[in-house]
Amino acid sequence: MFLNTLPNITDPDGFYAELLGVHEGLSDEDSIALNARLVLILANHIGDRAILTEALAVATKGGAK
Amino acid sequence: MPLDDRYQLAFRLYPYARSADQDTDRPVRHPVVVMGGGPVGIAMALDLGLQGIPVVLLDDHEGVGQGSRAICFAKRTLEIAHRYGCGRPMLDNGVLWNVGKVFHDDRQIYEFDLLPEDGHRNPAFINLQQPHFERFLVERVREAQAAGAPIALRGKNRIDAVAVRDDHVVIDITTPDGPYRIEADWLIGCDGASSPLRKMMGLDFEGRVFQDNFLIADITMKADFPTERWFWFEPHFKSGDSALLHKQPDGVWRIDFQLGWDIDRKEEMKEENIRRRLDAMLGPDVEYELVWTSIYTFQCRRMRNFRHGRVIFAGDAAHQVSPFGARGANSGIQDVDNLGWKLGLVLNGTAPESLLDSYDLERRHGADENILNSSRSTDFITPKSKISRAFRNAVLDLAEHHAFARPLVNSGRLSVPCVYDGLPLNTPDGLPGGPARTRPGAPCPDAPIGGGFLLDHLGWDFALLGVGVDVPDRFDAEGLTLRGLTVPAEGDIKDRYLGDTTCAVYLIRPDQHVAGRWPAFDAERVSAALARSMGKD
Repeated sequence: MFLNTLPNITDPDGFYAELLGVHEGLSDEDSIALNARLVLILANHIGDRAILTEALAVATKGGAK
Repeated sequence: MPLDDRYQLAFRLYPYARSADQDTDRPVRHPVVVMGGGPVGIAMALDLGLQGIPVVLLDDHEGVGQGSRAICFAKRTLEIAHRYGCGRPMLDNGVLWNVGKVFHDDRQIYEFDLLPEDGHRNPAFINLQQPHFERFLVERVREAQAAGAPIALRGKNRIDAVAVRDDHVVIDITTPDGPYRIEADWLIGCDGASSPLRKMMGLDFEGRVFQDNFLIADITMKADFPTERWFWFEPHFKSGDSALLHKQPDGVWRIDFQLGWDIDRKEEMKEENIRRRLDAMLGPDVEYELVWTSIYTFQCRRMRNFRHGRVIFAGDAAHQVSPFGARGANSGIQDVDNLGWKLGLVLNGTAPESLLDSYDLERRHGADENILNSSRSTDFITPKSKISRAFRNAVLDLAEHHAFARPLVNSGRLSVPCVYDGLPLNTPDGLPGGPARTRPGAPCPDAPIGGGFLLDHLGWDFALLGVGVDVPDRFDAEGLTLRGLTVPAEGDIKDRYLGDTTCAVYLIRPDQHVAGRWPAFDAERVSAALARSMGKD
């Protein structure tokens, strides 16, 4: 597994507040669109296909082990 | 308005007694009057009285109100209480805890351990009911009075009006024997979140109201829950949108339920409804008794300024936070820690009055940090939109198996003292490679030295600390005499005060915060840093 699932974000609370902040006041549709753009931008930054496949699998499984 | 009690007392600690001030023709002038006998007011009186500064505290009741209210007292508060001489009974009577568990629905998603590193006198937290915390402070006041500390506690003395002049404040008081008037060079408002003083002066108190209600039920029960903080998001027992279980002394447990915004307050406060929620959580076989119940809403707000000429506000009167993180009472005690020495130096003429503006600046910085943290916790616990709930639940969902999501789970960021970064009393860091935790503005971390602890040797006065390098035992500058303490560069003190360097000299304020640091003792630099820390810059 090459996907890093250990804590890797400095200032997690600040990041979370900023993430919610960009959604503030948006309609549900606009929020969904924003999230889609964000996923694509982050995926491009990661680039590595194997890692992206792993990330998709982890997200699909959700809380299940 | 009659002088009736607004609440029941837990302890009648300062019964009304007629004072000589009530029988004079002219109002008597006092150096400092404190308004409000809660934890912050009593601590303020204690700090000043132990410095030998005459202080009169006025409260409209005769003691401590009932109800557990604040229960979590943080390490920094215990360190300050220790400096005042009342840390011991708090530690002896409090419940020490370290472990917290977080649940989502019926699953534990992770647990955390707040146990600090070794080499500190005090634990991360104790739980102690607020009335006991206040009682230990008042008992210390009585002890200090017996030893000559000039502190007067006046119960059933309600301040009804103030007139703020350029160099004093005129105070009108109502008592069971009728009204009287005194004057104060300085008036300290420690009269709580709904501060009558703030209203009398027409001052603002702005911020955010959170749209949620929380039910507190303090109960005694025979149950085998461990001494841990348990927090549920969307609990399977459906007693609330979130729930909290926390142990207090005397077999009392604090339970919190998140009720939501649109509730019938009166209906929810009915015992049968409270019991229905508790039964669902605890199961049908657990016997318990209700000790104290209350429904509260959250606000995060502060005054624009804490100093208004000769009137200074501290504690909840100046700033209010949501309770997640235990940043209310703990930050109020830090206000007192910050204000005490500054007022002392101004009153005895050693420092300019402008030093008190640094109280305003530093403690607003602290209040902003506390408001930021407790607002973020509240936003996580009470998501305010569909999308923020989706993110919140995604975090909770992933946190059980993926470590990265755990730092994002926010059931309260527990109170730590703030660092006065970038504020004017600090001298820029002169110790390259020194640890970040002891940078100028930071509170000194404790460490064992010679069978005791470092913090026992710091506080009340400015001090010099030499680690692995000599500082003079006595150093006179700026009208003060500094004590010097030289310690070897070893053990915890080496890790916490030297980092990658071999020796260091620290100038430490009377509230145990770092004023400046350098590789060696230099009289000129120390004097300049001292002057700066006294507001002479």
